[in-house]
Amino acid sequence: MGLLPYLCAGWICLIGLYGAITSRNLIHLALCLTVMQSSTYLLLLSIGYVKGGAPPIFKGVKLGTKAVDPVVQSLTLTDIVVSVTVVALILALALDAHKDADSIDPDELVGLHG
Amino acid sequence: MSRERVRGLIALPVLGVMGALFVWAFTGIHGFGDFHGAYGLLLDHIVVPLRHSPNVVNPIVFDVRGVDTMGEEFILFAAVLGTVLLLRSHGREESEERQLDRTVDAVESDGLRVVGVLMVGFALVVGLWLVAFGFQTPGGGFQGGVVVAGALVLLYAAVSFRAWHRFANEEAVDPLEGLGVGGYVVVGLAALASGLPFLQELFSLGKTGTLFSVGSLPVLNLATAIEVAAANFTLCIEFLNQYALRPRTGR
Repeated sequence: MGLLPYLCAGWICLIGLYGAITSRNLIHLALCLTVMQSSTYLLLLSIGYVKGGAPPIFKGVKLGTKAVDPVVQSLTLTDIVVSVTVVALILALALDAHKDADSIDPDELVGLHG
Repeated sequence: MSRERVRGLIALPVLGVMGALFVWAFTGIHGFGDFHGAYGLLLDHIVVPLRHSPNVVNPIVFDVRGVDTMGEEFILFAAVLGTVLLLRSHGREESEERQLDRTVDAVESDGLRVVGVLMVGFALVVGLWLVAFGFQTPGGGFQGGVVVAGALVLLYAAVSFRAWHRFANEEAVDPLEGLGVGGYVVVGLAALASGLPFLQELFSLGKTGTLFSVGSLPVLNLATAIEVAAANFTLCIEFLNQYALRPRTGR
C-alpha cells in the first residue's frame, strides 16, 4: 500500500503522455493532456494524506485533531478549475485549425500560411 | 517506416525514462499516509485561531497564498479571453434568427423538461450556498462558481437552445468576468491604499464560523465565485453557439 497511490499517479501521467505522443486527433490530444494533469491531483492529494487524518475543517471538531495537509488540497482546488479553462482554449484552437485546414489530424496540418 | 512506427519508437524511450524516474522518486519519499511536512500540519493548528475560520483550505487559498490565487484567476481570465477571441472572430453570414430556427432540441418530453427545470433551480441553490457559506464548510468560490455555471448550462440541456440563447447573453456575462477578476485586485489595492500590505484584511476577523468573518475573505471568495461562474458560463456559451448555430453551407 505504501507506494500504490504514487505509482497510480505516475501511471496516469504516463498513459496520458503515451496518448499525447501517438495522438492523431487534436481533440484526443487535448484530452490526453487533461489525463496527464489529472495525475497531479492524485499525486498532490496522496502526498498530503495522513493515516487516520480528518479533513482540514474544524467545524464542530476539536482543534488539534489529526488532519490531512490542507496546502495540497488548496493547490488541487485551483488546479482543477484553471485546467478546465485551459483545455477550453486548446479545444478552441482545434476548432480554429479545423476551420482552416478541414482536419484535426496533426499530420495534415502542415505548412503555415498567414 | 510508417508514422505510427516512428511515434511508437519515440514514445517507448520517453515513457521508459519517465517511468524509471517516477519509480526512483516515489521510492525516495514517505510512504502513503506517513506525511510529516511541517508546513501543512502547522497550518492545521494555527489557521483556526489566527484567521477565525473553521475551514483551513480556504484561508490558504485566499490568505496564505492570496497573491498566488490572484495570478491563477488571471490565468482563468486569459484562457477565456483567448477562447472568446478565437471563437467569436468567425463572422456569420446568415442571420442569427434563421440559424436559430434550424436548431433541434435534444429533449422533447414535457415531463423531462419539468424535472430538468426543477433541477436547474436545485443546482443553482446548491451553487449559491457553496459560494455563500462554503468558505466556512467544505466549498468556496471556486467550487460554487462551477456549480452555478453548471446550473445555467443545464437550462440548455433540459429545455431548448432557443430559450437558452435568449438568456445566455454574452454582452451581459462579459462585464461580470471583469468584475470578478478586477474585484479581487481592488480588495488588494484597497488594503494598500489604507496603508496596509497588499490583500491584508480590511475588516475585523469576526467570530469564528459566522458569515461575516475571516476579514476580507468573504469578498475575495465572492469575487472568485463571480469570475469562475462567468468564465465557465462564457465558455459554454461560445462552444454551444459554435455547435448549434451553424451556417447552412458550413463545412
